[in-house]
Amino acid sequence: MSALFILIGFSLLAALGFLIAFVWSVRVGQYDDDYTPSVRILFDDTTPDSKAAPKA
Amino acid sequence: MKESTLAPEPVVQEIHTCYHCGEPCRDEILPHDSHEFCCEGCKLVYDVLKENDLCQYYAFDDAKGNSPESTYYQGKFDYLDLPDVQPKLLEFTDGRQSRINWLVPKMHCSSCIWLLEKLDHLHPGVSGSVVNFPEKKVRVSFYPDKIKLSELAELLTKIGYEPYISLNDVEGKAGNKWNRTRLYKMGIAGFSFANIMMLSLPEYFHLGQTSEDQNLRVLFSALNVVLALPVFFYSASDFFVSAWKALRGRYLNIDAPISLALWSVFLTSLYQILSETGPGYLDSLTGSIFFLLIGRYFQDRTYASISFDRDYKSYFPVAVAVLKEGVETRLPITDLRPGDHMIVRNRELIPADAVLVSPQAMIDYSFVSGEAEPVERRKGDTIYAGGRQSGTAVEMEVLRRVSQSYLTQLWNNDAFTRKKEDENQTLAARFNRYFSSIVLVIATLTFTYWMYTEESFALAFTSFTAVLIVACPCALTLSATFTNGNMLSLFGKYRFYLKNAFAIERLAKIDTVVFDKTGTITLASEAEVTFEGEPLSADEQVMIKTLAAQSSHPLSRLLVQCLPEVTLSRRVLSDFEEIEGAGTRALWGRYQVQLGSARWVGIDTFDGDSHNASRVYVSVDGLVRGFFSIRSKYRPELAQSVVSLREDGYNLYLLSGDKPTDQSYLSTLFGSTSRLFFRQHPDEKLAFIQKMQKDGKRVLMVGDGLNDAGALRQSEVGLAVSDDVNNFSPACDAIIEGERLADLPRYIRMARAGQRVIKLSFALSLVYNIIGLTFAVTGNLTPVLAAILMPVSSIIIVLFTTGATNLAARKCMKK
Repeated sequence: MSALFILIGFSLLAALGFLIAFVWSVRVGQYDDDYTPSVRILFDDTTPDSKAAPKA
Repeated sequence: MKESTLAPEPVVQEIHTCYHCGEPCRDEILPHDSHEFCCEGCKLVYDVLKENDLCQYYAFDDAKGNSPESTYYQGKFDYLDLPDVQPKLLEFTDGRQSRINWLVPKMHCSSCIWLLEKLDHLHPGVSGSVVNFPEKKVRVSFYPDKIKLSELAELLTKIGYEPYISLNDVEGKAGNKWNRTRLYKMGIAGFSFANIMMLSLPEYFHLGQTSEDQNLRVLFSALNVVLALPVFFYSASDFFVSAWKALRGRYLNIDAPISLALWSVFLTSLYQILSETGPGYLDSLTGSIFFLLIGRYFQDRTYASISFDRDYKSYFPVAVAVLKEGVETRLPITDLRPGDHMIVRNRELIPADAVLVSPQAMIDYSFVSGEAEPVERRKGDTIYAGGRQSGTAVEMEVLRRVSQSYLTQLWNNDAFTRKKEDENQTLAARFNRYFSSIVLVIATLTFTYWMYTEESFALAFTSFTAVLIVACPCALTLSATFTNGNMLSLFGKYRFYLKNAFAIERLAKIDTVVFDKTGTITLASEAEVTFEGEPLSADEQVMIKTLAAQSSHPLSRLLVQCLPEVTLSRRVLSDFEEIEGAGTRALWGRYQVQLGSARWVGIDTFDGDSHNASRVYVSVDGLVRGFFSIRSKYRPELAQSVVSLREDGYNLYLLSGDKPTDQSYLSTLFGSTSRLFFRQHPDEKLAFIQKMQKDGKRVLMVGDGLNDAGALRQSEVGLAVSDDVNNFSPACDAIIEGERLADLPRYIRMARAGQRVIKLSFALSLVYNIIGLTFAVTGNLTPVLAAILMPVSSIIIVLFTTGATNLAARKCMKK
């Protein structure tokens, strides 16, 4: 049963890792805007040549 | 009119839409680069984008560009470079690179995001820009040595996204970080809750009876305490702080019983664990805190881009043009002193009470008084702050400082310092007060019963705390927070935006509805224009529209609008002349065309009806052809809304700052003329609401402008009507879109339904409490039972309230 002592310790460490990841994500502002990134990701990175801009 | 068109093309009208803004081309069509544009502004934006290879903008499906503000003029943003203004606006600067976070109200679609994040393609001085769409803000990083702040603002304005900079930005910066703190608290509570539950598992199943397991049990208990500490002292701190504040103010708020329950559970658990008499209830404790925090977060989540707390500062400009020794400079308006000479341009707001120095000005007070038509002021007249100049730039001498002006005085009224949100009056708070006292009585009775019959202190104490744990007011609090939270988002879905949950409860209780007139029940930008007289020929219509388009008078602008199918002529009008307050005239070829008042065209008639409509007379070559009668147009939804409200038994009143017009029409709508009040000043409106409240009425005020600000603030629920919710509306409790006004009775019904859901949910949690209490009173509440009851009850409540509110909303909003 003494293995449990170590396993509990590890499981708590893993959970703590996720908590720290969560706090970090809040701190850098990932939760400040939950809409714009979903739009931004769909934009094309390529700059089209100036002629190819027909209206869809 | 169509028959008389001489053009050879078929009569079927082709709809020309602007390539840039997507609006139909009304005034004129500008062909350019194989596309059509509705105005010079749109064409200019297109050119800018094309020059910089950003035409991809138009490839987006929802692309609908903005045409640049027509009120822009060279030097409008010069004040941004003033040394005492700039540092207050910048978010960050190290001298080499700066960052600014600007509100851009015109942002509306994904192509806006795309373009605003490509600012670095437009100017080498911009290093990058990031959009926050829900807040309608763009954060721009730039090199101040390559692009000045004023140039950056001009760049944004040039592509149609003028940043909104007001006195508020300079005076107070509200670093709103509460959202993050809340997320930390929720995260920690959830983390601890899950882990404590896992570590409590052996306890639930009575494991750990051998001596070796004894060590594990001690370890688990110790870990539980360590995990519970941050939850109790950090995550739950808001409840304790608010309860303590209330206690010091000698009243009980809803957080007081919650804090009491949390403390008793925490102390009992600590006692049981330290004395090794039991495992404690830390899992239930952290779980309750976690659910409570989620509930509060859900309830307080509001609309990021809509502001409900605007005062005059949000409307006032940051700086104004001032004449110093004949040279025009820019001065922050807070530095404006009596005696300064300021220049106010077309459509600019007058920031301080002043005396007119220029010979003549047309002041539009619609913003302050609700009066629809601009008034003429002459040299030497006093002009109060809040008016807008319409026409050419005028010079004024400042009389009083901005903070002492007539308009700003309104904000000194008591109504603005009083807090409307009285959380003691909410349904949950009132219910809780009874509930808490009953629970305390039951707990004491249980305690004395066990002491008396069994004479066992331990058993008596355990039962006592068990009662407090099961009967934790958490379930009741959750009922209210989840119902209100869901109601807020449902209202938002039906495009009715409420400031907070308290506003729902107040809305459910109103019995009187007071309407403002101008802009609220009438349309601000449209009017009903009819021509009386001999029908005009197509040629004459072109003539009239072309002449009217030259004038900046609001009536002329309405005339232009009402002739959308007439194309402006490119023929030059000669000898154009406009006399403010009278009319305008010009030569059209050989004809002299005149537009204006009856006296202007040379007739002296005056027949009764002019109270209800403004008239613009037309004369061609000295021959009066007739007049355009222009009356304010009521919102088409108005009649339906008012009739429906009257059927529901509400008292209706009309408060207008305008002169009495359309009395007969309005009195049939509102019941009688005694319910109509005209020429009401802003403070009279406020006083009217106060009087109604003294008579025991609960008032919903529906208004739009700053002239209603006092009344909106004083009333139980202040509802601002806006045609664009992202635009600016005065401080209020709720914002409604103009076209949704007909749904107002339904919104009120929905708010009432929400209150019923809360009551039903209270009943549900009472049933659950009674079951739990029977276990607790008899001393049978084991930790496993508590651990099951707590989350199950929370989940049931969340499911019930969400389902019931959705159902109620669908029923109320069904047409």
